[in-house]
Amino acid sequence: MSGEEFVPLSLTPMLIGVLAAVACALPGNFLVLRKQALIGDAISHVVLPGIVVAFLITGVVAAAPMMLGAAGAALVSVVMIEAIRRLGNIEPGAAMGLTFTTLFAAGVLLLEQSDTSSVHLDVEHALYGNLESLIWLDAIGWESLLDPVALAGLPPELGRVVIALLGVCAFLWLFWRPLVLSTFDESFAQAMGIATNRVGVALVMVAALAAVAAFDAVGSIIVIAMFICPPAAARLMTNRLEHQVGWSVVFAVLSAVFGYVFAGYGPLWLGFDNAVSAAGMIATVSGIILAIAACFAPHRHRSGAPAV
Amino acid sequence: MSLEVAANMGATPKAEIPADSPMVIRGMTVSYGQKPVVFSVDMTVAEGSMTAIIGPNGAGKSTLLKAALGIVQPLAGQALVFGKPLQSARHRIAYVPQRASVDWDFPTRVIDVVLMGLYRELGLLRRIRPHHIEKARACLERVGMTDFADRQIGQLSGGQQQRVFLARALAQEADLYLLDEPFAGVDAATEKAIIDVLKSLRSEGKTVVAVHHDLTTVRSYFDRVFLINTRKMAEGTVDDAFTSENLNQTYGGRLATGQIDQLELAAG
Repeated sequence: MSGEEFVPLSLTPMLIGVLAAVACALPGNFLVLRKQALIGDAISHVVLPGIVVAFLITGVVAAAPMMLGAAGAALVSVVMIEAIRRLGNIEPGAAMGLTFTTLFAAGVLLLEQSDTSSVHLDVEHALYGNLESLIWLDAIGWESLLDPVALAGLPPELGRVVIALLGVCAFLWLFWRPLVLSTFDESFAQAMGIATNRVGVALVMVAALAAVAAFDAVGSIIVIAMFICPPAAARLMTNRLEHQVGWSVVFAVLSAVFGYVFAGYGPLWLGFDNAVSAAGMIATVSGIILAIAACFAPHRHRSGAPAV
Repeated sequence: MSLEVAANMGATPKAEIPADSPMVIRGMTVSYGQKPVVFSVDMTVAEGSMTAIIGPNGAGKSTLLKAALGIVQPLAGQALVFGKPLQSARHRIAYVPQRASVDWDFPTRVIDVVLMGLYRELGLLRRIRPHHIEKARACLERVGMTDFADRQIGQLSGGQQQRVFLARALAQEADLYLLDEPFAGVDAATEKAIIDVLKSLRSEGKTVVAVHHDLTTVRSYFDRVFLINTRKMAEGTVDDAFTSENLNQTYGGRLATGQIDQLELAAG
């Protein structure tokens, strides 16, 4: 494919897909190890009511209020999960499932009842994202990467996902040791004076940041695949956490790139006319990578915790 | 009257609490839900001693340790560590949690677990240098686990895992060692290795407190006991406090008389 066609139509969606996948996979490593992977799902679902409420309050589709609405909803969901778990004495998985389905359903109802027909905000978009539409019309080829006028026309989603990724990386770099300690051995970490509760909440907030940024690109349904599949496959490749995080980035990038390419060209190769959803294909590829890792990866047989 | 004298007059008397005691617990009360697990417990740990915390299952042994360390929030009570509040004395405590409390499938190596003991020294971002690794290796050597440094922790036996936990505590270079059931489910060789390390710690002047469940080894391993069944039942040297009367009271008749006779016999 020539640069004239690739740069405006495919470069930015692909880049956004890759960055969103990596931003979710990084905190996903810790969520999976803490057996909290579902919390990524919960957050990605409550983003919808958050955005709808932000729209209803402000009346405009603008990035800032929607991000705030999504972050607020994520916070509400975290509090709700804890409250249901403690007050109802319900196991965490069920509390999460209850929270995110209820809030997501409320979001769908709100969206249907409110007058959003005039704006680009609909259920389908929320579910599947609109990766393919994040094109860069100001670009005419590779040379546009050096053209300030064309660069000004980059889709704003790109900037947002870059900021989210930088935030995720900064958090992991700064709090790596307390995160590892409180994930592996919470009571030892507490005895050391680490505020493990705060570390846990911070991790969830960072995951929320990644989920909100990825929401634009891949939609709420599919964010969960990026939280779980690359880290889970990476765990099967190595017995060291540092290496696992590295592998999860590799798998996230592979999922995004191949998912995007297969979605655009796969059906054509198979003789069908239309391209399929890029977000759906990215999640599918990440699942296939996990399946391959489960069959062939070097550390798929583990002793696990010994019987006590 | 000088300010100094006035301040001293206003100060509360230091009471009978020995300021140099490694750990003093006063009025510790913890409850899970409505039921108190630990009720108004006082404990004074003697410096340079090895103390066994003994009591039946669910008597609050582990909870007492966790409350003293701030891991569980007590309803009432406080712990002083070397005469200071916990927050300013954490660096003097090493803690060995129950082995079963962690996921041994975690992707990490033996040496990395021992290096976790250096967290207070390393902080958030200080690089791990060769002398840190040297220190971690030396701790592994003390528990006889040098050859396993690069193994994933899930590949170890239960006894080996317990030794790694002890090595991590050694890396903390503390003055007070608190261990939660260090001998639970370990092989005989590990039990010997652990008790040798604990005794060598004592001979260095360190203080050891361990939750312990095997009554037959109390006399040979420890010099002091603390009997608990939600409330404190007895506290003192093994000779004074580890008596059949106190044990009967603590276990509420759940020990067979034969068992107690055996313990008396072991005492000679």
